[in-house]
Amino acid sequence: MSVPILKQGDLLIASIQEAQTDAELLALRDRLSGQVGDARARGVIIDVSALDVMDSFATRTLRAIAYSSRLRGAHTVVVGISPEVAFAMVQLGLELGAVSTALDLDDAIAQLEEHRKSERRA
Amino acid sequence: MSDARRIAINRDADIVAARQAGRELATEAGFKGIDLTLIATAISEVARNIVVYAKHGEIALTLLDEQNRRGLAVVARDEGPGIASVEKAMRDGFSTGGSLGLGLPGARRLMDEFEIESHLGVGTTVTMRKWVTRG
Repeated sequence: MSVPILKQGDLLIASIQEAQTDAELLALRDRLSGQVGDARARGVIIDVSALDVMDSFATRTLRAIAYSSRLRGAHTVVVGISPEVAFAMVQLGLELGAVSTALDLDDAIAQLEEHRKSERRA
Repeated sequence: MSDARRIAINRDADIVAARQAGRELATEAGFKGIDLTLIATAISEVARNIVVYAKHGEIALTLLDEQNRRGLAVVARDEGPGIASVEKAMRDGFSTGGSLGLGLPGARRLMDEFEIESHLGVGTTVTMRKWVTRG
């Protein structure tokens, strides 16, 4: 099943529903990079709470999504990293790079709002 | 050693199957919470190495039941090209496959025991074990 991507205003919200194969994660990356342009999105939120693991491949793919969205003018926030998954990522030595994180959807939306304000000021 | 489960690794969907089987068996062994995720993540990394570098192989999962401790053994086996330098492959950030280079060294940090045997042209076997901590 492909990950549903919702559009709300100038936000894209991808809510991962189940464990993803590498190919499914790459498909999400490609769909998001297309939709950032189509929707003229300024923010991308990816909910990973249903992911069973965030291994090196998932992390690399999220980083790629964030970098390419950034180049297209959108800021990416990943939400829903569980304490278990966070601990495993630390042990693996994974870094999220340009990816912002938030605990939940509300936090992510607030963060993107702040980000937008600071960009306007700049 | 008993209750071995073998998962054939031939494509990326098998990586998910292997780590889910690992989580199930680890639960049976008595692992909880964070440990289940650490084990599943380590399996994911070694299973992906099979798909990326060797194309085909298998993951064998075995419950370890010793007199005073229980645990899980994960053996990832392939007959792929082998690793030219195991020493380099175990170094953070080293990759010949365009990845982050954290798979093998990361998996070692996630588990309690980690052994790797690789011969060029013969294949690679990674053996990892984790023991249930009694709290």
